[in-house]
Amino acid sequence: MAITPPSERIWWKEPIARVELIWIIVAFTWGLVMFFMMIYWHGAGEQNLSNEAYKTTPVKFSQKAQTMIDDYTVRQEGSFPVVHPPAGSDVYLIARLWQWWPILELEKDQSYRLHLSSMDWQHGFSLQPVNINVQVHPGYDMVVTIKPDQAGEYGVVCNEFCGIGHHSMVGKIYVVE
Amino acid sequence: MATTTEFRTCPTTGLKVCLAAEKLIKANAVAAVIFLAVGGFFGLLVALTRWPAVHFLPADWFYLALTAHGLDVLLVWIIFFEIAVLYFASAVLLGSRLAAPRWAWTGFWLMLVGAVITNIAVLRGQSSVMFTSYVPMMAEPPFYLGIILFAVGALLGCFVFFGTLVVAKQEKTYQGSVPLVTFGAITAAIIAVFTIASGAIILIPTLLWSLGFVSYIDPLVYKTIWWGMGHSSQQINVSAHVAVWYAIAAMVFGAKPLSEKVSRMAFLMYILFLQLASAHHMLVEPGFSSEWKIFNTSYAMYLAVLGSMVHGMTVPGSIEAAQRARGLTKGMFEWLRKAPWGNPAFSGMFMSLVFFGFIGGISGVVMGTEQINLIMHNTLYVPGHFHGTVVAGTTLAFMAITYLLVPLIFRRELKFRKLAQWQPYVFGIGVAGISLFMMGAGTLGVARRHWDMTFADAQLPFDYPSAAFLMMGLNGMSAVLAALGGIMFIVVVVGSVFFGRKLGKDEKPSYPEVPPQAAAVSHYGSSETLRIPGTVMLVGIFFVAFVLYYFVNWKYLSEIWPLS
Repeated sequence: MAITPPSERIWWKEPIARVELIWIIVAFTWGLVMFFMMIYWHGAGEQNLSNEAYKTTPVKFSQKAQTMIDDYTVRQEGSFPVVHPPAGSDVYLIARLWQWWPILELEKDQSYRLHLSSMDWQHGFSLQPVNINVQVHPGYDMVVTIKPDQAGEYGVVCNEFCGIGHHSMVGKIYVVE
Repeated sequence: MATTTEFRTCPTTGLKVCLAAEKLIKANAVAAVIFLAVGGFFGLLVALTRWPAVHFLPADWFYLALTAHGLDVLLVWIIFFEIAVLYFASAVLLGSRLAAPRWAWTGFWLMLVGAVITNIAVLRGQSSVMFTSYVPMMAEPPFYLGIILFAVGALLGCFVFFGTLVVAKQEKTYQGSVPLVTFGAITAAIIAVFTIASGAIILIPTLLWSLGFVSYIDPLVYKTIWWGMGHSSQQINVSAHVAVWYAIAAMVFGAKPLSEKVSRMAFLMYILFLQLASAHHMLVEPGFSSEWKIFNTSYAMYLAVLGSMVHGMTVPGSIEAAQRARGLTKGMFEWLRKAPWGNPAFSGMFMSLVFFGFIGGISGVVMGTEQINLIMHNTLYVPGHFHGTVVAGTTLAFMAITYLLVPLIFRRELKFRKLAQWQPYVFGIGVAGISLFMMGAGTLGVARRHWDMTFADAQLPFDYPSAAFLMMGLNGMSAVLAALGGIMFIVVVVGSVFFGRKLGKDEKPSYPEVPPQAAAVSHYGSSETLRIPGTVMLVGIFFVAFVLYYFVNWKYLSEIWPLS
């Protein structure tokens, strides 16, 4: 029994039952399939992170974001500037207690190099309803190349706990034709 | 020392039980159950708050309760119970005296004091930083101090366990190799040492940082090492509850492992590969290469998953073989139909096995796929997954074996048998609901650790789809059911331990039924005679579900915005 020492002293030479062996082979093969699936998707799939990231500081990052805001703001929405940067450019989204700053307006089917960084604690970039979720750290500038493929209004929810105002941290991204 | 150690002989199992070990098992199990009650209470408050129609707590209390819930159940309840399992699997199963009981008591008190300190720190309200306490968010120093003391205490427990193995070997209290359950416990203890070391490496500097002696802790470094503790501690749970499955199968059915070699190799896979799982939490963080992510998140090509899949066959397979040897051979499932479903030790164990595999296991592997993580990271899918593993899996298994520990170790007759009989079902179904509905909400994008899914206070409006609200309502109802099951467990256990009839010195408990050891089937499971068609069918269903669900999620992924 499992609560007594093995009945065969030399248990490591026991023959393995065929049914167990088959399951081990099936499970192992399935593991390999899942392993190579991730590698395969890097070649064939369209949803991969570039893993491009840089060390930065809140000051440096917010300066870059401010330059973008100064150059490309097209209107105000309440206190938020709405920024329409040129297609293909570097766009910056600041995460801070408790805002995603500014509101971005992107063009459908164009690529953008989206830079994400936090000014204070960790935040979670959660683009809804697409459901793309990326972690945002202070001190790191993470670059994700995105290509919005549907026009509309998207919410950016914070999904990493960031203190008492966490649940009020919502941003917005517009995708226009 | 050896001469002064006192033993008693268990009238049911014939095991020689070291009295010092018995006392420690009792103390650790009682502490565990108390923290389960406290943590479960906080969990109910959290679920009631996330139920949109109820929205029970104000925001600050919600985040406080969520921090306390995570700490008390994920850490304190489980580790206390695991220490009890370690002492049981060493001293009791090997019929040995416990090495250094005084150190074991020191460990116990350190754990208890640590747990209380951290709880007080959380309740003071300035340490609502969640279980993970990601820097640069800072808690009060006692928050970290309490966890460190708790971990040191647990480490002492592991060393006492290892010491007991040495003592048993030297004093030749058993023949040949250690039992499989002890082997599983060794796996758990080895992973525990790694886990606690990771915790110390990151939490000691963090304590110094919160005291002002260290100026900066890198958030990525913190997260990587913290999850070396956070995820590995879940692997302690897996090893421990798989060992508990084997133990219950042995005690209730006299089941023998199909193959010692296969089951032990599967445990070995845990030791070798589970530690890589820190990477599961780093799949959408800046600064890691895809090569690093893929190798680590796959536990080096899913070898640890292979271990769990093997146990998923060998545990029910050993039960089927034992039942068939008793003559329950009709059709594919007579062995399962006529299993003792009224025995809470069995029903709890079997539900734990099924839910752990189907709910917790499959979702974990899918979520831990490098790219698929993008559509799940930090959504409610994550707590959905780990309530499937840690609550439906580990907690339910620990509850199940408690029904055997009360008569065998506490030597009390189990009270409220009807309640005990229903308890695993109420709790199990409640927890399965919690897991599935949270996963559903997560698939719809709902954030975890979030007080208000209506975003009433937000500067910009946003609405989740109405299906998400339905999911959260169903989650709340499931949580109420699970809480009811938890209360039933506490009532039965506390009632029995304090008010149950004391069993006489040589009296065998009549409930739950434990067959006399002579009934143990002696030599099935050899390669010639093994027939387990029912288990093969169950495993087949599991495999098909796994493959389908895996590829469905790749399809979901392919529908989001192209990213590179």
